[in-house]
Amino acid sequence: MQQFIDTTLSGLAQGMVFAAFALALVLIWRSTRIVNFAQGSMAMATTFVALALIQAGWNYWAALAAALVSGFVLGAVVERVVIRRVEGGPELNAVIVTLGLFVAIQAAVAIIAGSSFQSFPAPFGLRGFTIGGNTIALTPNRVYVIAAVLLTMALLVALFRFTRVGLAMRAAAFGQEVARLLGVRVGRMLTLGWALAAVVGSLAGLLIAGGSFVYPAYMDSLIVFGFVAAVLGGLDSPIGAVVGGLLLGLALSYVSAYFGGSSVVNLAALVILVVVLLVRPGGLFASTVARRA
Amino acid sequence: MPDTAVAPDATRTSGATLEVRDLTTSYGPVRALDGVSLTAAPGRITAVLGANGAGKTSLLRTVSGLVRASSGTVLLDGADVTRAAVESMVGRGMAHVPEGRGVIAELTVEENLRVGALFRGKVGREEFDRVYDLFPRLVERRDNPAHTLSGGERQMLVIGRALLARPRILLLDEPSLGLAPRIVAQIFGLLRQLVDAEGLSVLLVEQNARSALSVADVGIVLNLGRVVATDDARTLMADEDLRHAYLGF
Repeated sequence: MQQFIDTTLSGLAQGMVFAAFALALVLIWRSTRIVNFAQGSMAMATTFVALALIQAGWNYWAALAAALVSGFVLGAVVERVVIRRVEGGPELNAVIVTLGLFVAIQAAVAIIAGSSFQSFPAPFGLRGFTIGGNTIALTPNRVYVIAAVLLTMALLVALFRFTRVGLAMRAAAFGQEVARLLGVRVGRMLTLGWALAAVVGSLAGLLIAGGSFVYPAYMDSLIVFGFVAAVLGGLDSPIGAVVGGLLLGLALSYVSAYFGGSSVVNLAALVILVVVLLVRPGGLFASTVARRA
Repeated sequence: MPDTAVAPDATRTSGATLEVRDLTTSYGPVRALDGVSLTAAPGRITAVLGANGAGKTSLLRTVSGLVRASSGTVLLDGADVTRAAVESMVGRGMAHVPEGRGVIAELTVEENLRVGALFRGKVGREEFDRVYDLFPRLVERRDNPAHTLSGGERQMLVIGRALLARPRILLLDEPSLGLAPRIVAQIFGLLRQLVDAEGLSVLLVEQNARSALSVADVGIVLNLGRVVATDDARTLMADEDLRHAYLGF
């Protein structure tokens, strides 16, 4: 029983990070129909920004804020400078470009920061809470991870639901031509969408780095899991991304605890992906809305 | 729809004059518009008619800036807007309702309407209520996603959304497409009331020439990208040869 609870708790915390990363992918997919394979590299780059600042003596929170801001800028620049040229073109162009960015950013960070492992601090304790003499797998840092992701989601929902900018972003994403005819600056909204997605992706990177080691390729597994989570949810649905992330986190946690350990986790993620695509090709939360521009 | 739905609206500015001079638009080697000239005046419905491929949709898309003209001029109240950005047109008083009932399917009815008013900043609730009064069918669908609407409801939504932009000239592309005759009559009737009550200009593109001419003041017949006739709607209606040759009725 103790092991089951621990497995569930760590699965949830993991799943939250997957959810945030998947959410970043979904935000971009919804507005530009591009899967941003560079999301992980971009998040890694901003995590190194935070690391550099922390090593320079900044406190964690200031460094976190600076990293998120740099994520925002990076997302906007990437969209404006690189993605704008392939938007609306053949899908393969965008895929190649984001894959190229993925490699380029990772290489650039490796050149600047080196490719050795460096420890990244956690803002809260890594020792589990004690309940009735038992130490459970819920650590203060995991509570922080879960809360940070939930808060980010709530802010995103509020932005899209209740603000004029959010409405303009959704209009630009779902009806580009109509939005332009009604005066929405669609280009600006797409830039803003990429910037926000990069912030959410960066947050996922920063959270998973906390109390662990970072190196230029440390996000690679999260890219796979985040992508699986996004596809589980249907790529189009923010709620789907969150549920997909949590389900995947739990599933992988159970696999790791009960079915052969961490060595089969990657395999399990891909098996889940294949099964979902076979059974429900549109994802668990697929909406069957026919798009009319 | 009640006959009294369109109450005079004192705050609305009167219609705009659209003048198109010698407009030519090409898609690669294909000339969609070939030297088109026309005028749409305030307080009038100007219907542009013609067969499929005559250049009707290209005309609207060029006027609103979605497509760049290769030559010619578009004047809105005398100001040259030929090269103006699409996004700026609605602020200049032009609302273009594109073909195919361009609702934003993922947004609710209310959200679609709000997008129409977005560029104006804060817009009073009473303006939304006015649109719901014009189209009572939309009230009960207010919180439904637009993709659940019927064809007629979608057409009402896009016209209502355009009205929330407070246009001085309304460009309508095939509003009758795929709608039952009764709904078409309703929508055209409402359009007539709006024009008469508020002096709005309407440039209406229609393949359904009979219905369009019955509501319009002026008719312009396009064929292969050229204007072949411009006249009073009644005169065109009476011209049997022209109807047979270009309008198919």
